[in-house]
Amino acid sequence: MHFTINGQSYEAEPDIRTSVLDLCREHLGLTGSKKGCDHGQCGACTVLINGRRVNSCLTLAVMHQEDEIMTIEGLGSPENLHPMQESFLHHDGYQCGYCTPGQICSAVGMLDEVKKGWPSHASADLEHVTFDDSEISERMSGNLCRCSAYPNIVDAIREVAAHSGEAALQPAPHPAEAGA
Amino acid sequence: MKTFTYEKASTVEDAVRDISVHGNFIAGGTNLLDLMKLQVMTPDTLVDISRLPLGRIEEREDGGLTIGALVPNSDLAADHRVIEGYEVLSRALLAGATGQLRNKATTGGNLLQRTRCYYFYDTATPCNKREPGSGCSAIGGFNRIHAILGTSEQCIATHPSDMAVAMRALDAVVITQKSDGDKRRISIHDFYCLPGDTPQIENVLEQGELITHIELPPPVEGAKHLYRKVRDRASYAFALVSVAGVVTMAEGKIASAALAFGGLAHKPWRNPKVEQALIGQAPSTRAFEAAADALLASARGYGSNDFKIPLARRTLIASLRELTGE
Repeated sequence: MHFTINGQSYEAEPDIRTSVLDLCREHLGLTGSKKGCDHGQCGACTVLINGRRVNSCLTLAVMHQEDEIMTIEGLGSPENLHPMQESFLHHDGYQCGYCTPGQICSAVGMLDEVKKGWPSHASADLEHVTFDDSEISERMSGNLCRCSAYPNIVDAIREVAAHSGEAALQPAPHPAEAGA
Repeated sequence: MKTFTYEKASTVEDAVRDISVHGNFIAGGTNLLDLMKLQVMTPDTLVDISRLPLGRIEEREDGGLTIGALVPNSDLAADHRVIEGYEVLSRALLAGATGQLRNKATTGGNLLQRTRCYYFYDTATPCNKREPGSGCSAIGGFNRIHAILGTSEQCIATHPSDMAVAMRALDAVVITQKSDGDKRRISIHDFYCLPGDTPQIENVLEQGELITHIELPPPVEGAKHLYRKVRDRASYAFALVSVAGVVTMAEGKIASAALAFGGLAHKPWRNPKVEQALIGQAPSTRAFEAAADALLASARGYGSNDFKIPLARRTLIASLRELTGE
């Protein structure tokens, strides 16, 4: 089988049952994507396929030989970090770091969805999305962080979104301040 | 996961011809692969339909939409024609799953999601849906997420889809192609089955029959749309109770009402008596309570899901208040 991952060509002959996640980790040495639940519940395995974020544990490698797969290794490198990686570092958007590659790939894919004008469950108006912290929380609900670094993850994503020109980004009021 | 033979279909005709008796079509695969990992589903063949030309949303001359079975849930929810004419469908899609799953999951596959009954997933326990004749572990077991309407002594599972609930409120039609090449048009109202004595049969599709499109009738003019989902957490959870509503008003009275319900039954639920209790009425708590009475007349709790009966009542009444501005 032939694969294109992070712009590089790979040949491999994995078992037909192999997921994109296991292909990357077990066959190609790309161990950045993490296996959390292996059932699409935690998001640690999130990669971008043709620019769209998906759970790599829930998709068969054999079905993606014609596609462009992007993993955390392809987004940036230690010498040349992606802005989302920089922002997670700056805001300390993790504790143990296990979910971080999935969080970052997911956040990059998510901001692209916002750029396309895609609404979410948090959008009051489906045609004119106002991007705020409640949108970030809703749109990132497929990525769990058991260290619960969520406030800093939201900070990190908000900063990248602001710099990439997303709509007005107002931090949501704290529930106590909002009288909730 | 049990191994399987993989085939990639290049045409719909290939796909319906190549599928084996114990085979499955695969497109998004987000539910199927999960169930295959657990060996709840063990197809001997997977026919990959993901590259078939069924990924478009097209307007029809009658003003309705034809949605290709492979349109991802994300794209369907964000389509401007869907948002403008069928907001309940966008809302239902966005209330389900996560961004990652919606990017992969397809319209056809969403209709065919399997139940999330814990016992269906647990191969160490009896389950009539997974292994007909073995018994139902949910009856007398943990059944907090289970059905209160249309159940049988064999199965009290619920259908998990949000999208399908909206499709019922919108009177969608499922278009299929059979292995002999014949096409069928199946009303969404006739598509799903109640568990009865055969809970393993969830819909009327025949062996090897492939969903190719879903048709929506023209939008209801002047309608207010709503999808209200009650769940255990704010995001990424299945519905305990959900209501899809499309309602029009005329001269202060309810002129038309299409109401479908999720989380209550083996299929997205719709009961004409609920709508009849409302049509021609001025919005009032009394009218809404009559509709809830009609919905829940035959409801039955199984212990841990007893709460769903009052929850469904309150959710319907709250939804009707919002839909009618009462």
